[in-house]
Amino acid sequence: MANSDAIVGWKTITFGCHILEPGNSANFRTGDWRSQRPVTDKEKCIRCGMCWIFCPDMTYKQDEEGYFEADMEYCKGCGICAHECPKDAITMVPEEG
Amino acid sequence: MSKRVGIEVSIAISEAVGLARAEVIPAYPITPQTHIVEHLSEMVANGQLDAEFVPVESEHAAMSCCCGAAAAGARVFTSSSSQGLSLMSEILYIPSTMRLPMVMVVANRAMSAPISIWNDHQDIMVQRDIGWIQTFAENGQEAVDLTIHAFKVAENRNVSLPMIVNIDGFTLSHVIEPIELPDQEDVDKYLPPFKPRYKLDPRRPITMGPVGIPEVYTEAKVAHAMAMKNSRRYILKAWKEFEEVFGRKYEPVETYRTEDAEVLLVGMGSICETAMTAVDEMRDQGQKVGLLKIRLWRPFPAQEFRKAVGKTKILAAIDRCLPPGAVCGPVGAELRSMFYKIPGAPKIFSFVAGLGGRDVTVSRFEEIVDKARAYAKKRPRELYEVIGVREK
Ligand code: SF4
Ligand code: SF4
Repeated sequence: MANSDAIVGWKTITFGCHILEPGNSANFRTGDWRSQRPVTDKEKCIRCGMCWIFCPDMTYKQDEEGYFEADMEYCKGCGICAHECPKDAITMVPEEG
Repeated sequence: MSKRVGIEVSIAISEAVGLARAEVIPAYPITPQTHIVEHLSEMVANGQLDAEFVPVESEHAAMSCCCGAAAAGARVFTSSSSQGLSLMSEILYIPSTMRLPMVMVVANRAMSAPISIWNDHQDIMVQRDIGWIQTFAENGQEAVDLTIHAFKVAENRNVSLPMIVNIDGFTLSHVIEPIELPDQEDVDKYLPPFKPRYKLDPRRPITMGPVGIPEVYTEAKVAHAMAMKNSRRYILKAWKEFEEVFGRKYEPVETYRTEDAEVLLVGMGSICETAMTAVDEMRDQGQKVGLLKIRLWRPFPAQEFRKAVGKTKILAAIDRCLPPGAVCGPVGAELRSMFYKIPGAPKIFSFVAGLGGRDVTVSRFEEIVDKARAYAKKRPRELYEVIGVREK
């Protein structure tokens, strides 16, 4: 689930459990516990970027055509993007298995 | 030259904190700790001590502020007591596992209800397992010396843990004693400026106090427990250096007339002074009685304690704390589990005395010794006994 580098024994755990490396949240693959994923309907999408702004895990990246796609390594399936999309272009689809 | 002066113990502790050059003092006054905090605030206001005195709105804020200041790399002192110490509870577990050094003097006081401003050890026993190093002072000189010692231990980079010096409320805090206040030069020699292993610094950002998910929490706690265990040698080392600089010797367990003793009283804090008088009187009557004083309470010095007990077969553990529903008081429980199944272990009897400011007199110690002897022959009906309680 989380950054596997941090899963160490008590002898190697950082002093005081501090995080010594700043800006390391990209190491935490928050996508592991997702139960549903956002799927964007490009027909409806107006490329406004609201999903990109609201995603709490900053998973959306803009492609060359200006559409936004969520990175499934980090998307935790919260559905905020689907809720905020002004065009209802995003559907939350259950993850299989 | 250091000078010996007649001084209230609270004021002397504040002076010791000044000599230790504390940099941040977040504190909230509470009886019987008030004079310590008041005097420190005066020292800062008068320019005698170059520190930030933070007059916080509660003990909860005081301890939170201590954590922030220690995380930023300051030498931190605070002081509390009883209900105030309990209000800190939520925060007290935090600096210890986060390895943030700081020193707190606790002027020990009973817990309400009924409301009591007087002395016993219930306030600190509530906080027994917070993972701070803890010592107990027997008199004013010890209170001063242990305060200076506490900074040395807490800030040692191999220790890096917060530390509490317990002093009995009123019995010590409000008493004027002849106390030798060390020279600034000697204290500076003993206590170099604090150099933390890590601190919050925008030039080198780190995160302190993150979430510990189930995969990490146990390891973080074990690392803390091991740091506590390993602190023992640095505590002893700091006492040895203290002796070299200031000429006064301290040990984790102190013995008084224990040679060929049949019964040993075991106590902590100021009652040990009365206990010594009681031991003298009983020895004069030809009784083989001695006293063990636990000065280092956490980490518990089991090795030194066993050595100090020697061949004595009867221990009378005195708790100034009554935990309703427990098998016995915390000191009694500590000794019983320490000696459990050890061949030739002494019989341990647990007594509760001196609650809420009630004096434990010489005759009470004699009563405890008599009872311990009797119970060694015939097992007592209860696992602990409250001394001096009126039945009707
Ligand atoms: S919020 Fe909706 S419409 Fe806007 S870019 Fe995202 S998917 Fe497209
Ligand atoms: S579901 Fe939540 S985490 Fe996933 S892309 Fe949408 S807003 Fe981001």
